[in-house]
Amino acid sequence: MSTPPLLALHGVCKRFGVVEVLTDIELEIHAGQVVALMGDNGAGKSTLVKVISGVAPADKGAIEWEGRTVHVRRPHDARDLGIATVYQDLALCGNLDVVGNLFLGREISRYGFLDEVEMERRTRHLLERLTRAIPDLRAPVVSLSSGQRQTVAIARSLLGDPRVLLLDEPTAALGFEQTTEVLDLVDRLRDRGVGVLLISHNLGDVKALADRAAVLRLGRNNGFFDVNTASQEQIISSITGATEDSSRRTAPHEARW
Amino acid sequence: MHDMADNTRAEPTAPDADGRRPRRGPPLARAVESCVALFQRKLRAGELGSLPVVLVLAAVWITFQSLNGNYLSPRNLSNLSVDIVGTGLIAVGIVFVLLIGELDLSVGSISGLAAAVFAVLNVNNGVPEWLAVIVAVLAGTVAGTVQGFSFAKTRVPAFVVTLAGLLTWNGFMLYVLGSSGTINLDEDGLVALLTSYYFSNDGAAYGLAAVGAGMYFLMSYQDRRRRKAVGMPHRSLRGTAVRTGVLAVIAFAGAYELNRFQGLPLALLIFLVMVAGLDIVLRRTRYGRQVYALGGGVEAARRASLGVTRVRTAVLAVSGTMAAVGGLFMASRITSVSQSSGSGVLLLNAIAAAVIGGTSLFGGRGTTWSAVLGMLIIQSIASGMAITSTPAAVQFIITGGVLFAAVLIDSLSRRSQEAHGRA
Repeated sequence: MSTPPLLALHGVCKRFGVVEVLTDIELEIHAGQVVALMGDNGAGKSTLVKVISGVAPADKGAIEWEGRTVHVRRPHDARDLGIATVYQDLALCGNLDVVGNLFLGREISRYGFLDEVEMERRTRHLLERLTRAIPDLRAPVVSLSSGQRQTVAIARSLLGDPRVLLLDEPTAALGFEQTTEVLDLVDRLRDRGVGVLLISHNLGDVKALADRAAVLRLGRNNGFFDVNTASQEQIISSITGATEDSSRRTAPHEARW
Repeated sequence: MHDMADNTRAEPTAPDADGRRPRRGPPLARAVESCVALFQRKLRAGELGSLPVVLVLAAVWITFQSLNGNYLSPRNLSNLSVDIVGTGLIAVGIVFVLLIGELDLSVGSISGLAAAVFAVLNVNNGVPEWLAVIVAVLAGTVAGTVQGFSFAKTRVPAFVVTLAGLLTWNGFMLYVLGSSGTINLDEDGLVALLTSYYFSNDGAAYGLAAVGAGMYFLMSYQDRRRRKAVGMPHRSLRGTAVRTGVLAVIAFAGAYELNRFQGLPLALLIFLVMVAGLDIVLRRTRYGRQVYALGGGVEAARRASLGVTRVRTAVLAVSGTMAAVGGLFMASRITSVSQSSGSGVLLLNAIAAAVIGGTSLFGGRGTTWSAVLGMLIIQSIASGMAITSTPAAVQFIITGGVLFAAVLIDSLSRRSQEAHGRA
């Protein structure tokens, strides 16, 4: 028997009012593996991220952490498990400085007061690992460039040494150099045994980085692929729905990677 | 004092770069140079801080002093320092609400309600003063909490909830007062003393100035020492000394002026201690950080698993409490409570003070000190108008103009910050 996946989703459903956004979703993330989550706009990718991160808890279905069932009802629950999320809109507070954003919700205190010195020291330490150009740590985040903001958002997610990292389109707003920097970072995280769920539209990024690809279509699983063996056309046709029926039938079998 | 807002910031232009930078000219010239560079950097980044406010205050004082030589007399300045306290305390509560990007319209009514509760309990029913004060302040806290909870739960904008509150609490006040009409407070009572007691000993004012400057220096020094110990950028000792020096000069000049009249007013002491205390709460505690975070983005705060409902409720509770405290000071100033307590321009002045002082209407930026600065400007104009016997109409127009300018600066600096980010 192989070790159970770090994170597994079984039959997860989510509806907003009368709209069923996610139906019977299956997903597995193993340690040291990058899983690409792909799908057209409105396929439910971002909603799935919110389900896993506890922002929008699932209505039905089970979430398993290392083989045992867990309940993720609040962002706090996910964080306690070791799931960190970088949202597409980054979810930073523009008026707070870099240090304030990194430690938002888990501030370090000393005698009941915020320990700015210690937080700044750790921030600097963390950012030095991630990027060469460290922004002004005391400048409000709103005055940083979009690449710097992305770095801050990723740094924040790494603060608690997460075991699963959810990245919602981390490279969409970045230039070439910054994209490379982010992808390198994801690569290094995988080497350290972190399980990564990478949402991306960019097939090039997925091919270069991911081990597996899970495709969503209209809120349902529409195929799982081994990125190294599957052809680009196979993945694209699954995203666009050209192979809708066949892959949905085969999905449960392939799900057992 | 206003400089405390960024005392953790290590200025890249601070002279601690001396070793690396070639020496140019005498120390004074270099200091001026670095100040100019700092100013330009801040101007570009859209974070001017309190500088425009201080300049406006200076302009107001110079104008009225040239119109009437008695304007900057110790007596007038001392009265000014007491007159700002009532509305100023209410404005401090407004700062909290503005920081989360909302508005509290009920503070005037709550201040009137608290004053009425105190007067009826103490004067009409003989409840001891200390107990009546506590009940009155708690009435404000409860009113604020009720509003805060309804706002946080229903997600109706706070200004609508508090608009309903404005009417409701005013109704409560009229009910509490009943047929009393005007209630005169005990002239020698605790509440009356709040604004009529002066520490006639010169040492009190100087002591406060020394303690203020000393605390500032100690905190900066401590911060610097810890930063240095872990090898992080820190402000030079000279920079800290200069800042402390400027603060001390202002504080001791103020103390000197106050001592030339009747000494340090108790009201001013309470006001400054509360503002400094709440400033520490906002900028140095977890709760304060959550308040700022809500103003920066509710969704971001929620995803960082902050208790949004709890923080929102607490903010309006603080605002209600401060309104009640301010209401007691306003009642103390005229030693009476009537059906018109807490009405009129009080609410507008409190909001205007917070905004003029530099707290952003868009949320997330500002400190409690802005309530002091803004209130100083508003009261300076009012006092100047009174001393030069200018009609009230002109006073309103000028205060309105200053408020408009403050909002304009706020909006421009916000836009400049965002443009800065796109670069």
